[in-house]
Amino acid sequence: MSPEPPLLVVEGLVKRFGGFRALDGVTFHLAPGEVLGLVGPNGSGKTTCINVISGLYPPDGGRVTYQGRAIGGIASHALARRGINRTFQSPKPFLSLSVRENVTVAATYGNAGPAPDLDALLASLELDTLADRPAGELNSAQQKTLDLARALATGPRVLLVDELAAGLNPAELGRMADRLRALAGAGMALLVVEHLMGFIDKVTDRVVVMNAGREFFEGTLATAIKDPEVIRVFLGGAPHD
Amino acid sequence: MRKRTLLPDLALPALVLIAFAIGPYVYSNELMLFNFVMFLALAQGLNIVYGFTGYLPFGYVGFYGAGAYGFALAVMHLHAPPLVALAAGGAAALVLAVVLLPLLRLSGAYFAIASLAAAQAVYEVVSNPALENVTKGPYGVSLSAVFAPRFSYDVGLGVLAFAFLLVVWLRNSRFGLALQAIRDDPVSAGMAGVSVVRGRTIAWLLSALVAGLVGATFAWHISVFYPDTAFDLGVSIFATVFVLFGGATTLTGPLLGVLILYGVYNAIGITVPQYFQFIYGALIVGLVLFLPNGLVSLLTTRGIRVP
Repeated sequence: MSPEPPLLVVEGLVKRFGGFRALDGVTFHLAPGEVLGLVGPNGSGKTTCINVISGLYPPDGGRVTYQGRAIGGIASHALARRGINRTFQSPKPFLSLSVRENVTVAATYGNAGPAPDLDALLASLELDTLADRPAGELNSAQQKTLDLARALATGPRVLLVDELAAGLNPAELGRMADRLRALAGAGMALLVVEHLMGFIDKVTDRVVVMNAGREFFEGTLATAIKDPEVIRVFLGGAPHD
Repeated sequence: MRKRTLLPDLALPALVLIAFAIGPYVYSNELMLFNFVMFLALAQGLNIVYGFTGYLPFGYVGFYGAGAYGFALAVMHLHAPPLVALAAGGAAALVLAVVLLPLLRLSGAYFAIASLAAAQAVYEVVSNPALENVTKGPYGVSLSAVFAPRFSYDVGLGVLAFAFLLVVWLRNSRFGLALQAIRDDPVSAGMAGVSVVRGRTIAWLLSALVAGLVGATFAWHISVFYPDTAFDLGVSIFATVFVLFGGATTLTGPLLGVLILYGVYNAIGITVPQYFQFIYGALIVGLVLFLPNGLVSLLTTRGIRVP
């Protein structure tokens, strides 16, 4: 899709929990300015994939390469400073801190570049009116947006978005999709995990479809929904062979 | 982001320090005043680790005892002057804190109990009769050569000032904010670029240092003591209750907790212990039921900032 070389390359990534292989050799790449959708049934390894890339778990096999350097096993806080950040499927703000303090921590410790304009950031995400409220008083959708604000305060080059759209109303969905497209337009690489196919369709340039810890389809969403293997995994049916 | 003045945050501890500096001139029970100073400092020290990282060490007294014995050993064996011995007490607590760093891998009740066991282990070593030549074992130490009640009282005020300043700094700095972020959600804190291990380690060491300095000052002030006194679990319990009663993470909370609860203890705890225990029990039950975040939460939940 993009003529630029990939920013993030995931090759044969393996993550085991006991005897269960949550990731079983998943491979894909992500270029600057590109939005890649990561879709698949529940338990296919999408969130585990984000957790390994963002340094929450060390990989048990395979490689994650960012800007040409292997980053597998590097701690989250170091990756945040290098420009990899994420949101969480169930939002994880600092509940006792105010909205502004939440993003201040991230801008102070996670941003290696010049200090970002936090007021402008909060305003762009419609969090400015909540800036002095404790994050614990926000509703779930607002907390998810705060997760995004905190990730953006670190000035990421790669942003991993884990089910940000769930719980948003249609108007909020549209605005969130526009925001993610605008971030990609400014050169950020986004990996979006999402179950809402309308949102995936609106936001992504291409999708990788996962099942049982590995990818089996890569292309646009329009071709994915015509692919017999994708249909089989999502809707069930007899195996081909 | 915080352009606010530090004045209110500094005025409160300054008032307390001045009151306790004048205290011995207007009130004759200097030992009681010293105990107040000691618990004010210990409560802030415990506040550093509990209020800002969420770790509640039941064995906090271990650092206090290490400080007391660090002081005593430096005086007995090295004939160190008191201020040097005070530094040795702080260093002893720091060494113990470094040894116990792996405990931070535990959390919640497991951490609390493990820290208690660690403090008990140090007590057993110090009070071992086989070590009589080093620690005087269970027979206690006598440091009459350096006994200086007034000077050591003033040094206690200095230690208290140091503890106050540490908490004012944490309350008003980005580092303190990062610690609270770690306490709220370590995974998110990591993603926000905060080194979780580094933050917890610094808070743990500072907290231990305060307890060590308080323990050393106690050893100096009282000059004759036994391992049972220096490692008295009651010290941990009092400090913990004071912090929880007043409200952790603030400067005011632990301060109020000590002034009120230790005040009640001194007013009736010794003369009519049965009423004291009843009132203490009732206060703690009421607090847990109605104000789990301490007295200061009466204000903070209404959006009023408390120093």
